[in-house]
Amino acid sequence: MSGVISHEFEYLKPKNLDELVDFLTQYKTKAKILSGGTDLIVRIKDGFESPEVLIDIKGIGELKELKFNGNSLFIGASVTFNELIDSEVVRERYPLLWEASKSVASTAIRNRATLVGNICSAVPSLDSGPALLDYEAEVILKSRNGERKVNINEFFLGPRKTVLKEDEFVYGVLIPFINRKNGSAYVKLGRYNGEDLAQVGIGILVVEGKEYRVAHCAVGPVAARARKVEQLLNGKDLNDSLIEEAKKLIVEEISPITDIRATKEYRIHMAKIMLERGLKAAVDRLNGKGPKYGERLI
Amino acid sequence: MRKISFILNGEKRSVYVEPNDLLLDVLRDKLGDKTPKYGCGRGDCGTCTVLLNGKSVRSCLILAVEVDGQEITTLEGISKGGLTELQKYFLKHNSFQCGFCAPGMIVTLEEFLKKNPKPDEEEVKEAISGNLCRCTGYVPIIRAVMDYVKNK
Ligand SMILES: Cc1cc2nc3c(=O)[nH]c(=O)nc-3n(C[C@H](O)[C@H](O)[C@H](O)COP(=O)(O)OP(=O)(O)OC[C@H]3O[C@@H](n4cnc5c(N)ncnc54)[C@H](O)[C@@H]3O)c2cc1C
Ligand code: FES
Ligand code: FES
Repeated sequence: MSGVISHEFEYLKPKNLDELVDFLTQYKTKAKILSGGTDLIVRIKDGFESPEVLIDIKGIGELKELKFNGNSLFIGASVTFNELIDSEVVRERYPLLWEASKSVASTAIRNRATLVGNICSAVPSLDSGPALLDYEAEVILKSRNGERKVNINEFFLGPRKTVLKEDEFVYGVLIPFINRKNGSAYVKLGRYNGEDLAQVGIGILVVEGKEYRVAHCAVGPVAARARKVEQLLNGKDLNDSLIEEAKKLIVEEISPITDIRATKEYRIHMAKIMLERGLKAAVDRLNGKGPKYGERLI
Repeated sequence: MRKISFILNGEKRSVYVEPNDLLLDVLRDKLGDKTPKYGCGRGDCGTCTVLLNGKSVRSCLILAVEVDGQEITTLEGISKGGLTELQKYFLKHNSFQCGFCAPGMIVTLEEFLKKNPKPDEEEVKEAISGNLCRCTGYVPIIRAVMDYVKNK
């Protein structure tokens, strides 16, 4: 038996945004958008999705844009993780996103997998989540009725659930540029290098002036900010006793489960250690020291 | 059924496919190129890796209709003129037992070494981290790549 797909569907490839909007208006929940397919094709094979129509958006030029205008970075829906990693702007100005992108699967998956597909699949373990949450990214949604912007902190509603309406699609993501010195770290725990989803992911961004942003994935139903930890840390210099307090607080903010990939207890234990290492690395990087971006902290 | 056309290993090929046909199956069963292997069918093992416009991708996660008008290179194309230098180093170091993972490894390394011709060992490990080998424990594979890189 090869990996055939037994489910049958129609395949459409709109040439421009108007056609895409028309298709979505016409087919609504019967249709699924096909981007890199690294998530969707597996879901169809497994029988978790059975769309009547697949709408391949890779023929729409506008969605391939990756643009920085000095104030913000626009990442179009078709931009892949490898395109982000290869972008100098991302590496230099959004190192947390760069580091998180490097942690996704392997080259052959990242050549197809898109950041927007990652947030639309909205699994609790999505690696782009913590970085986008820390950067306060805005998601641009479009439909026949026009455009709306949703802060990423309000985008996820539950596992595989987002605010996306049935005839809407994600046009792209807009990430504001932080024009102050900052340091960051994405710490990902996987079972092995390459191809594995996060068992715990912690993303930390420290901005000059003692502002801390902390977000997590894979330890709750949705990726989210750890607001209590942030409140505790904000305005303070990082030291050992502060880190100990933060580690106690993070436990209150996460609600990991036991599944085939890790137990709840292990996840809690590791989240504390990863918070500590991430905070130290982010502050060191802010001060021009610390491990290089991309170096594994765990 | 619809007709798609694409460049396979330098030659234009046309074939009739259903929307739910996977690229891997079309290459193997309809076009007779058996170099991409079916392993897991879900992107995890890397044996089905081919190059799409020069970039490594998993042919078990791509619909054949998606590659209409594109360019596909498989191991068959890479070693068209006989064994490549890298393949000779794989032979020299006995970098396979069953050999099932080898096509995916070579295709993956083809893209990687083009981008990074003088990698260190860590970078090689990272490059093939998405390709599973059940037999060799990776040591002879990495040895072959490092020897190849040193002598190039
Ligand atoms: C072997 C393997 C390893 C993986 N490793 C990781 C990992 O380490 N970390 C990680 O986070 N993920 C991982 N993934 C999951 C997956 O690769 C990512 O979630 C990827 O970013 C999805 O992007 P895509 O473009 O392939 O999305 P697709 O599969 O094309 O789409 C995903 C979902 O989003 C919808 N969608 C896509 N684009 C839009 C849009 N513009 N508007 C509205 N809806 C849209 C689709 O309809 C579908 O429901 C892995 C997957 C595989 C197969
Ligand atoms: S068969 Fe495609 S990755 Fe395993
Ligand atoms: S040699 Fe058998 S899988 Fe690698």
